Amino acid sequence: MSGIRATHELHARRFSRNLGVAVALAVFVAVVFALTVVKMKRGDPLQGFDHVVRPGMEVSGS
Amino acid sequence: MPDLAISAAQEHEPTFGDYVALLKPRVMSLVVFTALVGLLVAPASLHAIEAVAAMLFIALGAGAAGALNMWYDADIDSIMRRTMNRPVPSGRVAPDEALAIGIGLSGLSVVMLGLATNMLAASLLAITILFYVAIYTIWLKRRTPQNIVIGGAAGAFPPVIGWVAATGSVSLEACLMFALIFMWTPPHFWALALFMRSDYEDAGVPMLTVTHGRPAARRHILAYTLLLVPVSLWLALGPVGGPVSLAAAVVLNLMFIRGAVRICMRAESVAQGDGYAAEKAFFRASLFYLFLHFGAFLADAVVRQAS
Repeated sequence: MSGIRATHELHARRFSRNLGVAVALAVFVAVVFALTVVKMKRGDPLQGFDHVVRPGMEVSGS
Repeated sequence: MPDLAISAAQEHEPTFGDYVALLKPRVMSLVVFTALVGLLVAPASLHAIEAVAAMLFIALGAGAAGALNMWYDADIDSIMRRTMNRPVPSGRVAPDEALAIGIGLSGLSVVMLGLATNMLAASLLAITILFYVAIYTIWLKRRTPQNIVIGGAAGAFPPVIGWVAATGSVSLEACLMFALIFMWTPPHFWALALFMRSDYEDAGVPMLTVTHGRPAARRHILAYTLLLVPVSLWLALGPVGGPVSLAAAVVLNLMFIRGAVRICMRAESVAQGDGYAAEKAFFRASLFYLFLHFGAFLADAVVRQAS
């Protein structure tokens, strides 16, 4: 048993990778959240896509 | 951990930087820039957040295509000096991991671009990825000297995707931006093939320099450079263009033609003698050509907005 050893270069690589993936995921979550806020504020139909309102989704009587 | 186990694990123990390199960031920068110009010069605007998201997902799609290309081409990349240090051929990223990242990011980027902008833009991104991977990388690259002529279409799609993300439809201007990159790609890559000398031959890639000889490649560079001129001027004189684009088109095309004529007239022995200086200069000029051309479209769009 050699006891506690200094961190191997392998661990530094893993840390760099894990940190990078964590930051990338955080950015992705932020982008999706911001997109959702923008689309909700603009009043886009929740099931709408392609920037085209489907007549079937229009509120009847309005 | 025993030392032997550590050295075995290190072979496929990539850093985050290796993952970034897997996505070919230099190619990605050109994709992002041309797509951004396509988006900003379009006669419609997106919310800033939507525009940023669109750029992010187009870049991610381009990166995914790069990862899939690196996965498939690992065998020839390991032979060519220019590519042997890429993450997969150098053993830093396992081929299976590159494949998984490529497929995963392709799906994610297409779906997210569709949700952020519209389904037509997402479909074009999917076509671009499929074209680059299936048509260029798997089918054409190892079979025909026309590989980069036809495969160049994949690199020409980004401004169209940007345009469609903003407007929801394809138009003549978007097609002309496509044509500009499409016609620019062959002289750009053939200049590279000229000064990379035996790289493509060693790897068995049938580049024009290998199949038809270097003099033929020099003549083809000049021919495509001349074909590029009308496309460039048409764009500059059209709705996307303006005085800045026209001035840029005239100056850049004159410089590009001058470089292509110089390459065409050179004997191989002269080129070898000066270390392919003219070919390297032409390759660098081709990068400036595209960046400045699209930069000029952007400048004209800003001028139009201001006035």
